Amino acid sequence: MNQIVRISDDALSIACGADAVVEAFEAAGCAVERVSSWGMHWLEPLVEIDGIGYGPATPADVPAMLDGTSAKSIGKISEHPFIARQQRLTFARAGKTRPLSVEDYAATGGWVGLNRARSLEPAQVIAEVLQSGLRGRGGAGFPAGIKWKTVAEAAGARKYIVCNADEGDSGTFADRMLMEGDPFQLIEGMAIAAYAVGAQQGYVYVRSEYPHAIAKLNAAIELAAGIIAPFRIEVRVGAGAYVCGEETSLLNSLEGKRGEVRAKPPLPALQGLFGCPTVVNNVLTLAAVPHILTEGGVSLYDSLGVDRSKGTMPIQLAGNIKHGGLYEIAFGITLNELIYDIGGGSASGRPVKAVQVGGPLGAYIPPQQFDLRFAYEDYAQADALIGHAGIVVFDESADMGNMARFAMEFCAAESCGKCTPCRIGSTRGVELIDRIREGGRGIDAVELLPQMHNARKTQRSTEEDIALLEDLCETMKFGSLCALGGFTPYPVLSALRHWPEDFRR
Amino acid sequence: MANTQDLAQLIAAHAGEEGALLPILHDVQHAFGCVDGEAEAAIAQALNLSRAEVHGVVSFYHDFTSSNDPRPHIELCRAEACKARGVEALVDAAQAAAGERVQLKTVYCLGLCSVGPAARVGDALHARLDEAALVALVEQA
Repeated sequence: MNQIVRISDDALSIACGADAVVEAFEAAGCAVERVSSWGMHWLEPLVEIDGIGYGPATPADVPAMLDGTSAKSIGKISEHPFIARQQRLTFARAGKTRPLSVEDYAATGGWVGLNRARSLEPAQVIAEVLQSGLRGRGGAGFPAGIKWKTVAEAAGARKYIVCNADEGDSGTFADRMLMEGDPFQLIEGMAIAAYAVGAQQGYVYVRSEYPHAIAKLNAAIELAAGIIAPFRIEVRVGAGAYVCGEETSLLNSLEGKRGEVRAKPPLPALQGLFGCPTVVNNVLTLAAVPHILTEGGVSLYDSLGVDRSKGTMPIQLAGNIKHGGLYEIAFGITLNELIYDIGGGSASGRPVKAVQVGGPLGAYIPPQQFDLRFAYEDYAQADALIGHAGIVVFDESADMGNMARFAMEFCAAESCGKCTPCRIGSTRGVELIDRIREGGRGIDAVELLPQMHNARKTQRSTEEDIALLEDLCETMKFGSLCALGGFTPYPVLSALRHWPEDFRR
Repeated sequence: MANTQDLAQLIAAHAGEEGALLPILHDVQHAFGCVDGEAEAAIAQALNLSRAEVHGVVSFYHDFTSSNDPRPHIELCRAEACKARGVEALVDAAQAAAGERVQLKTVYCLGLCSVGPAARVGDALHARLDEAALVALVEQA
């Protein structure tokens, strides 16, 4: 038998049992190629033999897969509707190449963008990134070209490229998949950024919860060191603090300090890492750059998407969804299409109650708003955010009051403690939601003492408690230093607005 | 705890590095299972920081602990996506199976959000857990 069997070595595939399937194939005398994941997670471990996919595979399925009679066949993978309907630019290699193979990377258009960039003036490279309309994929959506331009024009002998790979949002895994599946693309993107702004050193700040990604990146950086020289990249590992995904907190952490948020200004582009001009970009932003810098890349990128949301977004379908995984498509797609046409509805088969877009700080969106277009401005108008484009689906069993409480609880657990609205507001928020859900609390003995002139002598009604919660959210939204405290009100208020019945027992 | 010589070697390995504190703390935590007062003092000395500064960093991050807990531990994801896939219904059974013998920790997101509930034991990841699978994982830990 000389068929080549391809199975992903992505952490998710391994968690689903890919290694045992690999062993079974090897025991049957097959050569197994470990490639990146196609991103069809409900089918993992997905086995590919001569282009035909089988999944989710178990070791017991091996004989049937080898003679082509397995009932788990999904036909040709590249023609599967989940793959065929996507517009993959950043994830063009997903499922097709071996993550750490320099040959595979070069054979699939690798380093073309970097080589072309080096043949241009740095200012031209920045102009192309600007023209492509690429915006930061980490959540804020700030135009990448403007950030680069600021750093390039800033005075400073030392400049840094920092890749934010602290992907802590629940429901997101695109950064992880890219670092594990196509690490050279990220390295190439960072090298282009370094050339454009004149940086000598780059850091990738990866969260410690991603050991597989850390190992892959380290190996890839070693293999690519000669190609990106004189630019150097080093991986730095986070230490379990969610807030370090915020750029200034990340910079403090890189400097070896507590991951506390810095006030802006000064902008990191002017005074970032160790006080030097620094580009801080998300993994997906940097990984989109090599494609943009290829011949014709700019106009293609600019032609995709809607309004000021240009290009493609790797959307992550997660939570209670039948067909979860990675879906890269141009901006403008609706939630209805994503959840029902592509995702196949909820995994449990029960009606969808809500989706949370954009991680723990994103709003909960009810089914009546599922026609919302996937674009930065459209979401902002609907009091929601696309964040890192993670979509978490909840079925009707979800208790939205409890999810609102969790948002506050999470903020309290992860707050860096620097600003008061976030540090104290989140704890008060948990208490307040508990009180609303328990139907209020009575007046205690101390409050009734005659000396307590300012204490209320009558119990607050639920309406008053809700008004207080809204007031608290307002304070957090406008008074917090960073997005953690500032956006925690989004899930809370959206749950309160759309599912008020879940706050009453 | 720490063998002073090993500690000194771990610190020396990062000499001259930019922002060396976190990499050093990771190495110390990995080697000794904690970063205790003795280690904090040695690191502070080597990096020309005050002990308070080092302690501030150690206590800020969830990954660093001040004392060593030798029990096996399992990290169970309880973030939104795993909640949507029913992790909360498994917690009581897992806690009962863990008892005092196994440390059941909560983490927020392992990046396996489409195939949760998910857990991590060391560097090994486990997905699509149901009650039986999670309890088995706890019992084998």
